[in-house]
Amino acid sequence: MSDITLDGTAPVPHAEPHAHHPFLQHHFEDLGQQHEASTLGMWMFLSTEILFFGGVLCAYWIYRVMYPEAWALAAEQQNKLFGGINTIVLIISSLTMALAVRNAQLGRRKATVGMLFATLVFGSTFLAIKSIEYWQHYHEGLFPGIHFTWNEVPALAPKVQLFMTFYWSMTGLHALHMVIGAGLLLWMMMRAWRGDFGPEYYGPVEIMGLYWHFVDIVWIFLFPFLYLIHGVHHG
Amino acid sequence: MADEHDYAPAHAPHIHVTPMWIYIAVFLALAVGTLLTWWVSTIDLGWMNTPIALLIATIKAVLVILFFMHVIHSTRLTWVVVIASFLWLGVLFVLTFADYLTRIWQIY
Repeated sequence: MSDITLDGTAPVPHAEPHAHHPFLQHHFEDLGQQHEASTLGMWMFLSTEILFFGGVLCAYWIYRVMYPEAWALAAEQQNKLFGGINTIVLIISSLTMALAVRNAQLGRRKATVGMLFATLVFGSTFLAIKSIEYWQHYHEGLFPGIHFTWNEVPALAPKVQLFMTFYWSMTGLHALHMVIGAGLLLWMMMRAWRGDFGPEYYGPVEIMGLYWHFVDIVWIFLFPFLYLIHGVHHG
Repeated sequence: MADEHDYAPAHAPHIHVTPMWIYIAVFLALAVGTLLTWWVSTIDLGWMNTPIALLIATIKAVLVILFFMHVIHSTRLTWVVVIASFLWLGVLFVLTFADYLTRIWQIY
């Protein structure tokens, strides 16, 4: 740093008694305050996400209350085995994500990268299984629109199509979040590999974890809502 | 890590490293919850079917929020934001259903 500023006056001495941590942004007092601010900010964002998914869920529940038979019949079209396996896969990915944060806190560089990679692998497994389900539904004629074909109970077909609209939108929005999460994981892997994280500074991994766990929570609700509706007294 | 920078460790964030056994225990609870939801869906409990599925999912979500998302060790301000989020979600559902479920001229 030069001793002379542009207007020729002597520079104001640095107020701090010691140098910055390289990742401490200048508008924060210290790393602790920075960490708290980012945690709070992420939760603010997640509260908008809760209401975002909440809106779709609320609409889903209104129609579920209106058309219970159609909803139960439509849920029987779902592949419960794949849905269940995917729930477990996503829970495992949440565990590896939590362990990535833990390793970052402990300054274990390679273990952090490894756990982030494991999370990416399980996240991709989820998306692969989901793609197979989408492929099957598409070929069964269960994609809403002019090619929709479901005739088990013709009177309920429009309502089953409505359920499938919710199914594709909700799982689609969830899958979009997973894809964004996978991108964030790659970014965090790169930063962890570079050695950015340690006991003083692991905020980005923690914040990325909050996002990943949130997406897991959404699925925790989507699984029973879309796959496991009990046959409501029909018959 | 950037050792060339001399910063005061007293300014580091207050770290709470969760013990391994807690992460493993939460994971097992989530896995058991998933299997339980599945199993419960194969038996008919009448009107209890939906409340039980919702209860299990809610317990799983709370476990993830408290332990995986570290809310249990976070600041009170974070608690306020987390609780407020679900409060707003509750407002969304309660007010909407206060309308739809009381349209007695429609038969559901």
